[in-house]
Amino acid sequence: VCCLRHATPAPRDRFASVDTHAHSPLRSMRLRTYVTYFLQLEAEMEEYGAGDLLSEAMCAGARVVVVEDCVEAPAAFVLHLLLKRALAAGGGGGGGAALLALAQPFSHYDRVLRKMGCNLSMHRKSERLHFFDLQGFPGGTQGGAIADSLAQLYSAVQRVVETCRAGENAGRFTVMIDDVSLLEVAANGSADDVLDFLHYCVTLTSEMNCSLVVLIHEDIYSSEDGVGLLAHLRYIADLVIKAAPLSTGLATDVHGQLSVVNKGMLIEQRPAKGQKVWSFHFKVKENGADFFYPGSRH
Amino acid sequence: LSPGRVAAPPPMAAAATGTGGQTLGRSSFSRAASSKTASSSSSPTASGVKLGPNGAAFVSSGIPDLDRILDGGFLLGSVVMVMEDSDAPHHLLLLRAFMAQGVVHKQPLLFAAPMKEPRSFLGALPAPVASSKEDARQRAMGGGAAGDGRASDEGLRIAWQYRKYFGDERNSNAEHRDNKQEFSHDFDLRKPLERHLLNAQHIECLSTQDVDTLHDLQNRSSAFLSKHQRKEGGNLSAGRIAIQSLCAPQCGYFGKDWDMVSFLRSLKAMVRSSNAVAIITFPYTVLSDSFCKRWQHLADTLLSIKAIPDEDKDLAKLLTGYQDMVGFLHVHKVAQTNSQVPTQVNMT
Repeated sequence: VCCLRHATPAPRDRFASVDTHAHSPLRSMRLRTYVTYFLQLEAEMEEYGAGDLLSEAMCAGARVVVVEDCVEAPAAFVLHLLLKRALAAGGGGGGGAALLALAQPFSHYDRVLRKMGCNLSMHRKSERLHFFDLQGFPGGTQGGAIADSLAQLYSAVQRVVETCRAGENAGRFTVMIDDVSLLEVAANGSADDVLDFLHYCVTLTSEMNCSLVVLIHEDIYSSEDGVGLLAHLRYIADLVIKAAPLSTGLATDVHGQLSVVNKGMLIEQRPAKGQKVWSFHFKVKENGADFFYPGSRH
Repeated sequence: LSPGRVAAPPPMAAAATGTGGQTLGRSSFSRAASSKTASSSSSPTASGVKLGPNGAAFVSSGIPDLDRILDGGFLLGSVVMVMEDSDAPHHLLLLRAFMAQGVVHKQPLLFAAPMKEPRSFLGALPAPVASSKEDARQRAMGGGAAGDGRASDEGLRIAWQYRKYFGDERNSNAEHRDNKQEFSHDFDLRKPLERHLLNAQHIECLSTQDVDTLHDLQNRSSAFLSKHQRKEGGNLSAGRIAIQSLCAPQCGYFGKDWDMVSFLRSLKAMVRSSNAVAIITFPYTVLSDSFCKRWQHLADTLLSIKAIPDEDKDLAKLLTGYQDMVGFLHVHKVAQTNSQVPTQVNMT
């Protein structure tokens, strides 16, 4: 927001004002500079989703994003939001996503994202979205073959990423897994195989300008002893987004609270934002989600 | 939950058709025909399936109150999971109502339970409450519909319609006796379902006791569901799968945690693309916390049952009608079609 009023300008602020007291040529030049600056800032904010709390909290350079949820506060909506941004991203060419869907069929994502203003069918046709229907994965025989099935799956994903990269001068590609807990079930409990698969996916992020977003159900692992899948994922993550119910119980305006932990420190051009942990409330709507600080509604 | 309780009437039946005016053509009270769209979306089709927004289709759970709480009923294509109370068999009330509702609507049923002879459980299915009352009323009204213009009949009809406006459902139900198929029935748990209905039905039973693997159940479910594949604009014939105590210790596969959760995952995927509802009860206390959570995450609709202890003085003070209550039913999550918004109906 750029307010034009009689006050000292402070360009670094979100809400700034520009001195228009005297209309000298010098002043009008300064005015133009400020306006340009704010337009640029707005363009950047557009890129990251109009500057809502979630996009502010998520640092731009995060390569591995882990989304945690529980039965009382499901976080599939976060995946939907990130998928929408991944497909909308990249000003001019590139950008793209691969969705490894174990939880829902394509029609579900299509309908949900359509209400959010993103046409998955169209993206799928134009090969910007690569949808892997893994509801029946691995299918066929189980046992020792799971490692092979996962290896095949990884090769398929790698091919997709390479093709997208080879295409235009690609923007950020996103590989999304919904969800890892089901992948573990598909692997018949073999967490090692699943971890191998995930580590291979992580290598894609460093080599191919690609980011990895995974959803995992935190409450499944919280009662386990030993170092499980969740602990490993939290370790390799750059960004951890955790959805939890409100401690005070249910409310009509608030569906839960989101905590975002920025573990990665490097963000391309800008210095690290300084704030590592963000915590705010959310309300899920048909066309997106509202994020707001506790006690306020935007 | 209390047995034999008379439920409030289902709201749909009253608004369903506009044929009431024609049934008693001599009446000077003519009811405005409900709009086409309203009746087509709210009236149940012959097979007991109700359509809702977002391409959703519902079947009744057999308990009208529960249907109302769940905003329609059980969603076709969803998996309902019920966490049993380890001390009490109240989950069987849900199962019996569910299965009886399916039988009344002539919906094919696949039933699996950890008992030697699951078919014997069918004898415990309750009969609908309304049937006996409706028969009596039909006999009483027979004279009026036949078309003899007796004054006493006329008077009876008018008074009867006034009662309808005051919301007495029983009378308006008889008025729509052409529309026999209500979406949901009230069941009298003291009265068993008529034998002939069970014999005419397509009911498969399967025992999970002493069975080593879940392959058989998986194959049978797959075969059952393939007959109910979802088609765009196709005939809405619904199927029902009821599995009792899936992880009970009597089951031969008990302890094979990953096999069980794998079965659930594949069942969910199969049900998803079909016009069927699967209800699965499970004694969650025999599962580890971690697997219990996995099962809960797999459920589309999650309910849990808690028995109310007898002779609890504090609860008796807190709840009216404590003597009649046997337990609490807690709704944790409700199935949604094609939507990311959670249903805020988490209530006990």
